[in-house]
Amino acid sequence: MLRPRPLMIEALTAAGLIVVPFVLPLLGFAPGTINQILVWGLFGIGFDIVFGYTGLLSFGQSAFYGTGGFVAAYLLTNNLTSSVLLSLAIGTVGAAVAGVLVGALALRRTGIYFAMITVAIAETFFFLENSPLSEWTGGENGLPGVPSPVFQIGGLVWRVDNGWPMYWFLAACYFIALVIALRVVRSPVGAILTAIRDNPLRARAVGHAVGLYKLTAFVVGAAYAGLAGGLLGVLQGFMPPDAFTFDTSGQLVMQTVIGGSATLFGPLVGAAVWLYLRDFLQSSLGLGSAWKLVLGLVFVLLVVFLRRGLIGGGRSLIATLAARPPHEAAEESAALVVTAPTLASLGPSRRRAPPAGSGPALEARGLTKIYGGLAANRDIDFAVEEGELRGVIGPNGAGKSTFFKMLTCEVAPTAGRIVLHGRDITGLDVSRVCQLGLTKSYQVNQLFARQTVRENITIAALAERRGRFRLDLLRRIDRVPGLAAQVEQTLGVVGLTARADVPVSELAYGEKRRLEIALALASSPSLLLLDEPLAGMSPRERVETVQLLKNLRRGRTLIIVEHDMDAVFELAERITVLHEGRKLAEGTPAEIQANSFVQDAYLGGVVAA
Amino acid sequence: MISWANFVSQLFNGLASGALLALISSGLTIIYGTLGVLNLAHGAMFMLGGYAGYVAYHATGSFVIAVVAGALFMVAFGALVERVIIRSFYDRPPEDQILVTFGIGIVIVELVRLGFGSLTMSVPPPSWAAGVTPMGFLIYPTYRIVVLAIAAAALGVLYIVLYRTRLGMIVRAGIEDSGMVGMLGINVYRVFMLVFGIGAMAAGFAGIVNAPVVSLTPDIGDGILVQTFVVVVIGGVGSFPGAILGGLIAGEILSLTSMVDPAYSEVMLFVVMTLVLLLRPQGLLGLKGRA
Repeated sequence: MLRPRPLMIEALTAAGLIVVPFVLPLLGFAPGTINQILVWGLFGIGFDIVFGYTGLLSFGQSAFYGTGGFVAAYLLTNNLTSSVLLSLAIGTVGAAVAGVLVGALALRRTGIYFAMITVAIAETFFFLENSPLSEWTGGENGLPGVPSPVFQIGGLVWRVDNGWPMYWFLAACYFIALVIALRVVRSPVGAILTAIRDNPLRARAVGHAVGLYKLTAFVVGAAYAGLAGGLLGVLQGFMPPDAFTFDTSGQLVMQTVIGGSATLFGPLVGAAVWLYLRDFLQSSLGLGSAWKLVLGLVFVLLVVFLRRGLIGGGRSLIATLAARPPHEAAEESAALVVTAPTLASLGPSRRRAPPAGSGPALEARGLTKIYGGLAANRDIDFAVEEGELRGVIGPNGAGKSTFFKMLTCEVAPTAGRIVLHGRDITGLDVSRVCQLGLTKSYQVNQLFARQTVRENITIAALAERRGRFRLDLLRRIDRVPGLAAQVEQTLGVVGLTARADVPVSELAYGEKRRLEIALALASSPSLLLLDEPLAGMSPRERVETVQLLKNLRRGRTLIIVEHDMDAVFELAERITVLHEGRKLAEGTPAEIQANSFVQDAYLGGVVAA
Repeated sequence: MISWANFVSQLFNGLASGALLALISSGLTIIYGTLGVLNLAHGAMFMLGGYAGYVAYHATGSFVIAVVAGALFMVAFGALVERVIIRSFYDRPPEDQILVTFGIGIVIVELVRLGFGSLTMSVPPPSWAAGVTPMGFLIYPTYRIVVLAIAAAALGVLYIVLYRTRLGMIVRAGIEDSGMVGMLGINVYRVFMLVFGIGAMAAGFAGIVNAPVVSLTPDIGDGILVQTFVVVVIGGVGSFPGAILGGLIAGEILSLTSMVDPAYSEVMLFVVMTLVLLLRPQGLLGLKGRA
């Protein structure tokens, strides 16, 4: 993994911003155009956090751009304040407040619904600005006469006029905004946002409050949009109503994708390309209004062939030219070598140590799940003692998966209660249950596919270290106490230390299965459910994983669903057999093997004579 | 002032525009339901349909031929777009699908602008539907009644195609589980192409029929797209009955609110959408499982 030296990006950006007035004009950029690029770039930083980092494709950013812009412009043009900076700040806060309201509504849905709702909301803001609020916003005319900032330091007065003085003012704003954004994406919250983008289900299952983090990203994006909107008014000396239009949101999306999303700089690059091509096509080539057609085609081609945009494409090109041989996916996974010391240090979580001798670790009473007319589970009573290793078996369709999903609260039971360490957890959110020390590894891998092994485990460990939700937006992720040690320990336990910086996509299947277990493990559960941990493994991987499971049980309660009978009978102390949604039998491996009902269930039943 | 005649006439307006919205939205909804793709070019296709009708009308002078030719053109155009671009996006994330259809929409709009300019174009209503019809205590433009009838008929045809034909059965099965349909040995790609064509036609057809009511401009689809989204959010994505119910509700809201104060009609639409989202997030007729 490329680890740039601290503050290198910041320093390069500052240098770039200082050099721009001497270089870009040579390429035919007018100062006015460059200033517009900066405003779009700043607007886009927030959008990139929402879209590139969190995966929320919002077509509603214009709502916040307009809100911030009009609030700031209103304050200035009505002489409610003479300080441009203060009005910008108030506009930013106003946009953030709008972001909370809109986000709370739009984030109730995901995917295409979210995109559609943001479109509708943005349009509504435009209509509100245009008519009902026109007394304050000037309606179709916008707000003219937005003053330029004036700074007084001692006896020195700096009036920020249009052109290059304005450039320095905007460049300073852009730089500060960028530095803050860089801190956000490098913070624990930033890591969690990418986790939500890559696999929201798992981000929630390892214990993060996904909804609140999404809202956080959305509000940050809205605040950036608000600041950019305020700057637009200051730059133009006029707050145009078309800041609120759908076209504005659309242009932002396109510029970000052209430049490259999840880069923070993508929107700036995209805006430069966009505005340069616009001017070039319009004036130099005399294409008139056809410029937008060309840009539309460029956009479609980029989405089809170069989804990562110009910056992403450039990075790939550099990587290819550097000709580093790509990591070969290992034929078989790296051997699992478990050393005793690492294991000893990775006990269950300290802060969740259950009170000793307080009855069963996990208990389910009368658990029932009915889908339509089909009872997947009916009236299951189930209790696992502290420190026990329980196997759950049953033929296909016995209801094992549903049973497991109810235990971890992924699926709400139709009837019955689930009690963890004496506490009723029925109906709690999955993330809360995980925070209470109960989590599971999935039958089908649920990994953060675009990230490395270490980043994957870090995401899970963060939930244990920081709790369900925390707004440490500006804290560096390596300053989270104990995080690095916990990640290293988890890597050691599952034997992936040597593969820590390999992207998930390059792992062998067996390694992915172990990472799947590691994600559950990294949240230091006192009670770990494993859904078919051996599924699809080669014989050697199977032996290694069985050994791993044996090691894991130290100081921990384990429940394993598995089709591999040999493994279950080797590992489990007690076995519960499900059949047709009911509990058929329960007992020691020997008892289960001798049980004629179980034999019937597995062998299709002896023909009744 | 609000009189009874005014009220009833607005009610009819709402019904006519609601039926059109229902038609456009059902196009969006069957495309999403079957292909899993949210078509952000849907507004542009509505607009393109209007221009196709405009061209056909000026070539032949017949409104009926214009409608038929325009509709056929839209099926072909939709199928072409699916074949050339959308098809390579089925295994890409939904965000990419949204981005590419958004781009396609812009290209369509700008192509039309290049060809026809930004000025408004109009298609006159057919001579047999010009003028007004006395309806008891109010007089109502005849063509609006025709629009209502045509939109209702088109929805009826769409219903028959969806619920009474083999293709419709595949489409509805695809909405439930498109992977399974593929496994049953049905060439899903050919069905997808046809469905995208039909969805595009539903939008384009509405555009043609609407052309005599509202003048054509290349940007006419933008507002329609937003209204379509609201309809679908209210009715429930992927639900054909939901699109119709949502369309009628939206049409009436727009129409009745504009009787009181036109400035608030779009805002009111949004208020209703918000209420639906708060009380029934999956939409009035949407299924709970589908996000």
